Amino acid sequence: MWDYLKLIVLGVVALFAAIATNYAHDLAYQVNALVVLLAAGITFLWTLRTMGEPKVVNQNEYMDGVVRAGVIATAFWGVVGFLVGVVIAFQLAFPSLNFEWSQGILNFGRLRPLHTSAVIFAFGGNALIMSSFYIVQRTSAVRLWGGNLAWFVFWGWQLMIVLAATSYVLGGTQGKEYAETVWYIDWWIVVVWVAFLAVFMGTLFMRKEPHIYVANWFLLSMILTVAMLHIGNNITIPVSIFSSQSVQLFSGVQDAMVQWWYGHNAVGFFLTAGFLGMMYYFVPKQAERPVFSYKLSIIHFWALIFLYIWAGPHHLHYTALPDWASTLGMVFSVMLWMPSWGGMINGLMTLSGAWDKLRTDPIIRMMVVSVGFYGMSTFEGPMMSIKAVNSLSHYTDWTIGHVHSGALGWNGMITFGALYFLVPRLWNRERLYSLSLVSWHFWLATIGIVLYASAMWVTGIMEGLMWREVDANGFLVNAFADTVAAKFPMYVVRGLGGVMFLLGAIIMCYNLWMTVRAQPARAGAGAAVLAE
Amino acid sequence: MDTYGLLREFADSWALVALTLVFIGVAVWAWRPGSAPLHEDAAKSIFRNDTKPAAPSGQKEA
Repeated sequence: MWDYLKLIVLGVVALFAAIATNYAHDLAYQVNALVVLLAAGITFLWTLRTMGEPKVVNQNEYMDGVVRAGVIATAFWGVVGFLVGVVIAFQLAFPSLNFEWSQGILNFGRLRPLHTSAVIFAFGGNALIMSSFYIVQRTSAVRLWGGNLAWFVFWGWQLMIVLAATSYVLGGTQGKEYAETVWYIDWWIVVVWVAFLAVFMGTLFMRKEPHIYVANWFLLSMILTVAMLHIGNNITIPVSIFSSQSVQLFSGVQDAMVQWWYGHNAVGFFLTAGFLGMMYYFVPKQAERPVFSYKLSIIHFWALIFLYIWAGPHHLHYTALPDWASTLGMVFSVMLWMPSWGGMINGLMTLSGAWDKLRTDPIIRMMVVSVGFYGMSTFEGPMMSIKAVNSLSHYTDWTIGHVHSGALGWNGMITFGALYFLVPRLWNRERLYSLSLVSWHFWLATIGIVLYASAMWVTGIMEGLMWREVDANGFLVNAFADTVAAKFPMYVVRGLGGVMFLLGAIIMCYNLWMTVRAQPARAGAGAAVLAE
Repeated sequence: MDTYGLLREFADSWALVALTLVFIGVAVWAWRPGSAPLHEDAAKSIFRNDTKPAAPSGQKEA
């Protein structure tokens, strides 16, 4: 019965997508409609072929298939996202790489949102979804709730990524940073995200452990807040059901404020709270000792939640935003430094008494550097939110450097650590293929980030100072093009840093692949455990 | 008073006090006497049930 309903829904979706392809007003919409048609068609066939097969669900087993798929997707989209990042870094250094034949598809303006969405939502999003599914099962001691709903979340998210990517390069955008996806992709994200929330909450409700472990608090706050932010920032009216264009409900400074309320909390809840959930699970697990202070983790959580949501206005210093709102954003950003460092200390001190592991275990080294970068960028951020500093740093490359020390250092490294932790366990292998390759990855990534961040500091402060330099008569000394010319060497160094980071990720993929392919299965695991 | 002014005044008086009190309450609750063993148990919960779900209710894992 349920399968028939699915077939009907998929058939209707496919039919509508076919009609939409025909009546599409713009190319981005047309291609997206084709992708939807294809996805609905494949799912229809798959549902039809597997109908009537008996479905056996072993409640005495964790649902790890979807986590394995998430691990593969995370590694894959990571490499894609880093690669696009390297390409656009060199497009900035050498503008001739914006080839004439690819104008309007592969130029910097089209690839930039592709890069940011690929690393944040495809790499980061898959990392968050798969580790949420892994962590919530282990800490609740029950199988994921909702049966195949978790698979819907996984495939729905991949569909969103493909839709967004094809839409961006063909010009579909609503012009909001980190929220470029057009209206119908926004709606699809809501559907998938609510399913994600249902799976997560359902599992928590069924839990066998009396206490909800703190990692789940962070993950749940991430899911809930991102839903709220995403809906709030994407209240638009489509111009036509057959067009990717839509009109924002808010306008002017209100729209700007809503955008940065969303934008900063996307950093705060997607890239910080969610990844802190990963930290609070994977760091203690890899170190094989409980978190340094559980009380501190509770205070860390509530302080972060209470403060982060107000920090957005610091993106709009010296604009049409009222002064009080901008000051409020600054004050809360500075206060945010405290819980952030509380969390960093909690993560690092988890290793107290086991610091020797830093010498022998490159995975723990990766996690420690990640937490270190979390601490560094959560100090840099509050500092940059101070109005006097922001008047120098805003609109310069310093901001880009700051974002990347957080994204590559904190989010990237903790995700790599989690992937190295998960693959041997999920595929039931005794150990990783090669620890020395992990070391190679570690050093390539770390040196790459250092090159990236320091190049951006130099070029950011330099261009900030050049922009404000005036001569004795009060005239500006430098034209904008002068700063662009002066930035060239730093742009090349930044690109090289990106190449090293990408190389490290490729080495990781090889290492993980060989772990699954060539390592012996763990003795006594699997069947033996089930039989006791 | 207009809606904006009303909300603004409420936000920076009563709402601010209420949220601050909730936050202080959370901190006090975390440090309440007798919470230490519970927190210790929660911190160690990640080392249980690593490979398979807990046994159905009633039976405790060995």
